[in-house]
Amino acid sequence: MHVRVVDREGEERELEALEGWRLMEIIRDWGLPIKAECGGACACATCHVYVAQDWVEKLHPPREDELDRLDEAYDVRPNSRLACQILFSPELDGLTVVLAPELA
Amino acid sequence: MTNDNIITTDVVIVGAGPCGLFAVFELGLLDIRAHLVDILPKVGGQCAELYPEKPIYDIPGFPVVTGQGLVDNLIEQIKPFGPTFHLNQMIQALEPTGTAEAPRFRVVTDAGTVFDTKTVLIAAGGGSFQPKKPPIPGIDAYEGKSGGGAGVFYAVRKMEAFRGRDVLIVGGGDSALDWTLNLQPIARRVTLMHRRDDFRAAPHSVEQMRALVASGQMDMKLGQVTGLRGEGATLEAAICRDAAGETFEIACDTLLPFFGLTMKLGPIADWGLNLNENLIPADTEKFETSTPGIFAIGDINTYPGKLKLILSGFHEAALAAQKVHRYVYPDKRLTFQYTTSSTSLQKKLGVA
Ligand SMILES: Cc1cc2nc3c(=O)[nH]c(=O)nc-3n(C[C@H](O)[C@H](O)[C@H](O)COP(=O)(O)OP(=O)(O)OC[C@H]3O[C@@H](n4cnc5c(N)ncnc54)[C@H](O)[C@@H]3O)c2cc1C
Ligand code: FES
Repeated sequence: MHVRVVDREGEERELEALEGWRLMEIIRDWGLPIKAECGGACACATCHVYVAQDWVEKLHPPREDELDRLDEAYDVRPNSRLACQILFSPELDGLTVVLAPELA
Repeated sequence: MTNDNIITTDVVIVGAGPCGLFAVFELGLLDIRAHLVDILPKVGGQCAELYPEKPIYDIPGFPVVTGQGLVDNLIEQIKPFGPTFHLNQMIQALEPTGTAEAPRFRVVTDAGTVFDTKTVLIAAGGGSFQPKKPPIPGIDAYEGKSGGGAGVFYAVRKMEAFRGRDVLIVGGGDSALDWTLNLQPIARRVTLMHRRDDFRAAPHSVEQMRALVASGQMDMKLGQVTGLRGEGATLEAAICRDAAGETFEIACDTLLPFFGLTMKLGPIADWGLNLNENLIPADTEKFETSTPGIFAIGDINTYPGKLKLILSGFHEAALAAQKVHRYVYPDKRLTFQYTTSSTSLQKKLGVA
């Protein structure tokens, strides 16, 4: 199982993903720059990613608290998600996401 | 500043997170009164700011307690020791004024509070909670600070400074709504912008805001700021994008973006503490730093085997307090006592 992550410099990497891990944890554990300050509590919006268009519909829709927290992210788009709210499963093999800009 | 304004004390605690709060208890049992300073308007650090409603399962003796529940309990527990809180203030400067044997420090906050203290306990966690800065291109030039412009602010210190201004407030939470309502009567015009027509702020503030919009006393726009325009350091307009991707401009001389808070190490880096990857090395016997009289407990410290857990911070507080006692009462002998059986401790707790 893999996830493709495009960093803020535009470089794409294929990371091995594990079932039951949050997308944020996978990205963080591979050492990519994702702040994830609240450790996945949906409390900081520093794990903001853009999901590739053809994947948007395949993910479970965001819950209310994720939409609320996205208010604290920058440049939110219709395909914006918080990576800590996406649990990896075999159906997500091949998912592609782009790291969103960071707030200082 | 005259001497009258200086607070003389035995210990200043930097940060009112769970570890700083529990340190008040351990110090209090040893007759040491504390002053706590936190940049947040409330106590509780990460527990109160990041996860007040989430459950914690590894506080000894509590099978489950929420972040805010733990903070409320700590406040109850330290009440007998009457700590003094200085909230909404960041400790900016810390300079030694004593010797290694008899340490003393001058501690100054960004609000001008000055302490003359024998010891300092740093319980600063992940650093100061400070407003996040959106990466809008060119925003630095307009920031309200010395040498910069006076158009972008991340917090309101004095409302008067916004009198007669064209203010654009960005956000959908309580800070954005509260400042919209507070500044609306003072500013020339207030515009609130949010990315969607759904606000997570308190419903009554949202209603008040909508009423002001309906009666033409302020504007509300849906969209996001993508750029800023203005000659030199003078802000003239914000360039925005709506949900359909169309670009529009909002004329304004002042921008207040509210994107929540983030932890920043802040001034601690300048206190000469031999930091190790933004953490303060401490010994594991008394949790003292490389500077005698300055202690570090909780998430901010590091030592072999460190676990960033609340329970570790509590243990660290108890041990640090013992050494603080040596500095505060150099001639007093410290005897080990249980709260269960010591009448003297129970008197301090107000239960005997
Ligand atoms: C979502 C989440 C879940 C967690 N769950 C658990 C758990 O289940 N169990 C557990 O043990 N731990 C948990 N933690 C970790 C726990 O919250 C921290 O270990 C704990 O908060 C550390 O306490 P502290 O007092 O050291 O620092 P903090 O809670 O970080 O508080 C430090 C305070 O110091 C202030 N400060 C810093 N510098 C300055 C300055 N210069 N001037 C003024 N104020 C300053 C900050 O504003 C802050 O309020 C969790 C953390 C998160 C984010
Ligand atoms: S890690 Fe904080 S919201 Fe995802």
